[in-house]
Amino acid sequence: MSEGATTAGASARTRSEHRLAWLLCAPAVIAMLAVTAYPIGYAIALSVQQIDLRFPDEGGFVGLDNYASVLSSDLWWTDLFNTVFLTLVTVSIELVLGMIIALVMHRAIFGRGVVRTAVLIPYGIITVVAAFAWQFAFAPDSGFVNNLPLISDEMDWFGERFSSFAVIIMAEVWKTTPFMALLLLAGLVTIDGQLYEAAKVDGASAWQRFTRITLPLMKPAILVALLFRTLDAFRIFDTIYIMTAGAQDTESVSILGFNQLISRLNLGLGSAVSVLIFICVLAIAFLYVRVLGTRVEEGRPVK
Amino acid sequence: MQLTARIAAIGLVFLGAVALVVVLLASGGDSEASRGRTLTFFVAIQPGGSIEEVSKRCSEESNGRYTVEPEFLPTDASQQREQLVRRLGADDPSIDIVGMDVIWTGEFANAGWVEEWTGKRKREVTEKVFPGVIETASFEGKLYAAPFNTNTQLLWYRKDLVKQAPRTWDEMIDQAERLGRGNGGTIQVQANRYEGFTVWANALIESAGTQLLSSPEEVDLAEGPTTRALEVIGRFANSSAAPPSLSTSDEDSARIGFESGESAFMTNYTFAYASASEEAPEIAKNMGFARFPRIDAGRPSKPPLGGFNLAVSAFSENKDIAFDAAACLAGRESQKTAVELDGLPPSRADLYATKAVTEAYPGFAELVKRSIEDAGPRPSTAAYQDVSLAVQRSLHPPDKIDPEDASSVYEELRSNLEDAVNREGLL
Repeated sequence: MSEGATTAGASARTRSEHRLAWLLCAPAVIAMLAVTAYPIGYAIALSVQQIDLRFPDEGGFVGLDNYASVLSSDLWWTDLFNTVFLTLVTVSIELVLGMIIALVMHRAIFGRGVVRTAVLIPYGIITVVAAFAWQFAFAPDSGFVNNLPLISDEMDWFGERFSSFAVIIMAEVWKTTPFMALLLLAGLVTIDGQLYEAAKVDGASAWQRFTRITLPLMKPAILVALLFRTLDAFRIFDTIYIMTAGAQDTESVSILGFNQLISRLNLGLGSAVSVLIFICVLAIAFLYVRVLGTRVEEGRPVK
Repeated sequence: MQLTARIAAIGLVFLGAVALVVVLLASGGDSEASRGRTLTFFVAIQPGGSIEEVSKRCSEESNGRYTVEPEFLPTDASQQREQLVRRLGADDPSIDIVGMDVIWTGEFANAGWVEEWTGKRKREVTEKVFPGVIETASFEGKLYAAPFNTNTQLLWYRKDLVKQAPRTWDEMIDQAERLGRGNGGTIQVQANRYEGFTVWANALIESAGTQLLSSPEEVDLAEGPTTRALEVIGRFANSSAAPPSLSTSDEDSARIGFESGESAFMTNYTFAYASASEEAPEIAKNMGFARFPRIDAGRPSKPPLGGFNLAVSAFSENKDIAFDAAACLAGRESQKTAVELDGLPPSRADLYATKAVTEAYPGFAELVKRSIEDAGPRPSTAAYQDVSLAVQRSLHPPDKIDPEDASSVYEELRSNLEDAVNREGLL
């Protein structure tokens, strides 16, 4: 505003354009505040109070007490370990499988549409339904898995921690690999085919072409896919809730929050858990963007 | 300038439209409640249709004063509660009558979600009802619901495999071990990590001669009897009498295990008999019944106690007629309908000699009645969910309990229960 060179007319125009910009943004800003900022703020406000729906006469500000009781509980750390473990394992398996599927979808010579649709079907199935289907398959009394060769008829998959994890991981991977594959495929199609032609002429093997051309050029797509899936996997709830409901020490932090909020109606404690989950998710996003973000720039496909 | 104004106008219209939609959406739910004297009855679904039947009859008998519209909740107890709690927690006026599981009374009453029953109505709905069942509908000495159906578990066994019904859990485990796994030598119970597990563990602890809580905020758990009950759980879970899927079993998987001939023993609710008669007539022919087994030979067992009581919501706009309707829905005639169509045990003791009950429970009506009279109910406290979660956390999976030395699990259970009644820590 201080620039003396601008004429009065131009500055009035700039001002009106500014106002217009604000007006145009306003609905989106209001909507974001209403649906995002308000609930988050409310959760934070609840998390510093002693508040339990079943005991309406109690209550009051307790500072960080709720956080202290969450962080000093073994349960929180066990569940955080479970969540991180499940996230790491499922996302790594999904990345490898998703990459293979993306390459296949990319190369499919005939029936492209059919192949891509078929691969996407698991992702279109509601998580709860998929979880039930996998649970029934592995149930010791009615499932088919225990009738397969090499598997004991009496194997109780959900009766032990790591066999439960195995089924949960399989169900998660089955369901979300297509999503990973789709994101990777989007990266794959941006690579110029001529690069491969040139490499072939120079005598590069198929493996060399994959590691020297495909991978470096797909880095941005891979990072985006990993970020999305990690954030998603960290909030795992449905599959565990259906299969074990957290029994056998398979609980995730989301189920822990659910138990405090919905089963116990202890809104203070439950909100503290929710806020801590929110902070974890923020930290993951921050890590990806900060540590790996620079690499996104490096790996931008050359045009 | 003109453009800005026009866009601003469009923006305002848009905002107005959004506001209108929000208002319309928000008011959509209210139209139900304002439909005059229609009473909405939120209740767990019963497959035999008894809820529809009693709602229809009471509506007709009211001579146009009210129409009861049942609104069904899922079969899973925790999901039923979750739906009710969400609505009641938000002061939802669209619920008039609540079908309340026996364990929710303390919680709903303390939160101020259900109305107290007093005077003539109270006398009417508690007449001839088992005293233990009235307790489950009461909190801190006040009645909050009209007792409808009750429920208890019996020991079901195969007469062709077992000569005499076992009296104690130890005897039953011995008999099962002798039969062997391939020959029906397993016992079906409910030991998934859910409310059914608390039912089982509580019945064993009560049968051993102690209880979880002595008052809503006081842990009891006498050490000797509790350890004894835990050792029985540990012995069973680590023996060949435990079915392979013990730690994920529920009422339905237990029923299937018994009906398939895999298990010669089962503790389960009264529906098991009707179910076996229909699904596995060969097994039903040899189906014996006995009282829930004891822990110690010298001390009578305390079988589990379940059931539903009918409460009037504090947010109902028609409380007065809702009380009348709930009294009718839970009344003598309705209880007969419930046992006829769905095999639900009546809460009125005087009905056990009627044909409705003796036909539903051929030969074991008296056993059901005595089991209810002697039952060991789950604790009555506003923090019941915390208590139940604490029991499940401490004792599940059951095979973690060392049958020789349950003292460490006892300590864990005790400290988790202390946390639960004080509502501290995570559960």
